[in-house]
Amino acid sequence: MPETSPPLDPFAAPARGRRAKVPLAERLAGWLLAGPALTLMWLMLLGPALAVLALSFTDWTFGSPQIGWAGATNYRELMADRVFWISLQNTLTYVAFVVPVSVAIGLGVALLIEAGGGLQGLYRAIYFLPVTSTLLAMALVFAFAFHPSIGIITRVLSAVGIPTTDWLKNPHTALFALASIGIWQAIGLNMVLFLAGLKAIPRDLYEAAAVDGADGAFERFRRVTWPMLGPATLFVVTITAVRSFQVFDTVAVLTEGGPNKATNVLLYQMYQEGFSFLRSAYAAAITVVFLGFVLLLTLLQVKLQERWTHYA
Amino acid sequence: MAGAAGGSRLLFATLRHLLLAAGAVIMLAPFILMLSLSLKSPAEIFAADWHLLPQTWHASENYLAAFSKQPLARYLLNGFLVTFAIFACQMLAAVPCAYALAKLRWRGRETVFALVLLGLLIPHQVTAIPLYIGMWKLGILNTYAAVILPSTISVFGIFLLRQFFKTVPDDLIHAARLDGLGEFAIVWRIMLPTAMPALLAFGLLSFVWNWNEFFWPLIVVQSERYATPPLGVLFFNNAEAGTNYGLLMAAAVVVNAPLIVAFLLAQRRFIEGVTMTGLK
Repeated sequence: MPETSPPLDPFAAPARGRRAKVPLAERLAGWLLAGPALTLMWLMLLGPALAVLALSFTDWTFGSPQIGWAGATNYRELMADRVFWISLQNTLTYVAFVVPVSVAIGLGVALLIEAGGGLQGLYRAIYFLPVTSTLLAMALVFAFAFHPSIGIITRVLSAVGIPTTDWLKNPHTALFALASIGIWQAIGLNMVLFLAGLKAIPRDLYEAAAVDGADGAFERFRRVTWPMLGPATLFVVTITAVRSFQVFDTVAVLTEGGPNKATNVLLYQMYQEGFSFLRSAYAAAITVVFLGFVLLLTLLQVKLQERWTHYA
Repeated sequence: MAGAAGGSRLLFATLRHLLLAAGAVIMLAPFILMLSLSLKSPAEIFAADWHLLPQTWHASENYLAAFSKQPLARYLLNGFLVTFAIFACQMLAAVPCAYALAKLRWRGRETVFALVLLGLLIPHQVTAIPLYIGMWKLGILNTYAAVILPSTISVFGIFLLRQFFKTVPDDLIHAARLDGLGEFAIVWRIMLPTAMPALLAFGLLSFVWNWNEFFWPLIVVQSERYATPPLGVLFFNNAEAGTNYGLLMAAAVVVNAPLIVAFLLAQRRFIEGVTMTGLK
């Protein structure tokens, strides 16, 4: 145990200056130094986020000279829009496929790497490499791999006698083909986050478990690693879910939402409505729904995290 | 007994390497495929039998065509220019702000920090429509400014640097004040040098994200002149759709190369930076 625990309140002033009045120069310097960043933050991030909310309640189309209050008209139209429901369902299906698979593989790889036995650095680098690659360019490589006649995936599968299809043009497989690209890119990030979580588990917990008779890799995992990894897992799941919710690049370059809307996702619909059909207010409403889901995911994480710290 | 335990340990070690190596091959396969295709002629790519290495080398043709059929050098230059300008702005705004949040006492600090945390929750695509309208009003669509401006602020950078500055001892700052340094000088002459590791991690992440950013450039850039590398790849794809894979893959290799070099040079920093926040 450390002799002095760090202050719980991150804003607690250093003990020395707690009673002393803060000099005017320091208070002024605070505002001056934070000023540029604060201004940019409002201009480029917070202001536009509020603007998109306001815009979603208007009837504005891009370039139109007048703008009028429309109440919830855009949202009512969304509720009746078949394409919106398809997009939402596709996005949720994509997230529901990418998150469990990439989190499970990320955890498995992290456990295998952390188990020791050499080449840790090499494996970590290889599994992480896709995270840094240009997704748009790699998507085209995957498109070739999925090619119905010369693609490598098709060739391998037909060599072992598994039936193949035109993966990206078949409405039943297109979304999952895109999701497999998403999984490929998400594994590395999940792995390094789990590696950090594993490193944070105190060694003596394993010794204590061994004294209690927990022998074997599986028992150690069940009684120490998994419970201790709880918060890290929750974090990884949330991060991956939020990132998968933003799926766009692969859809835009490979399928353009097709075939027959099978890969139309929320952001792609927002992009089309807002920047191809120039229906700014309607696209703003889609953006608000998108933001709502992302915030909901984070809120869920915070709530679960609280419960965790209560019982842990 | 000892022999059996040693045997099972050996078995586990072998199994571990087998599993990890098999996975590694799958993770690397797209890169290998990309490289392999970029060396082959169209005839060989469409041939019935497949070889990892080309039977007849077509590398120089593909790579030369990649640079001549489209302004690939221009895309790369745009990529470096845009990522550099973005990081310079992000740093100029984030370093003083992070210092003020970590080390100065002023009313409003909690509110500003809460806004930073709130900003972390907002995906950047949310701001696209209002920013597009604003830039249209200003008449700066399809310029470098349009690509750069939305990324000039990084709440992630502020957060990362604030956490780092928290660990800098107060005595260092007190000593600097006694030496007569103002707060502005402290930021750039005392805090900046100490923050180099965090700044390097942030710089790498910022470079990779903004190099790879596709959504926003797709919206605001119409011409090849201002196209960033991913947008350039899209132009290649539109021009060569499904016919000239060798050329397309050569372009993909070129666009990925700076990232892979940066990652291999500073892998540890990079992963540390990601682990610190896990964001984006």
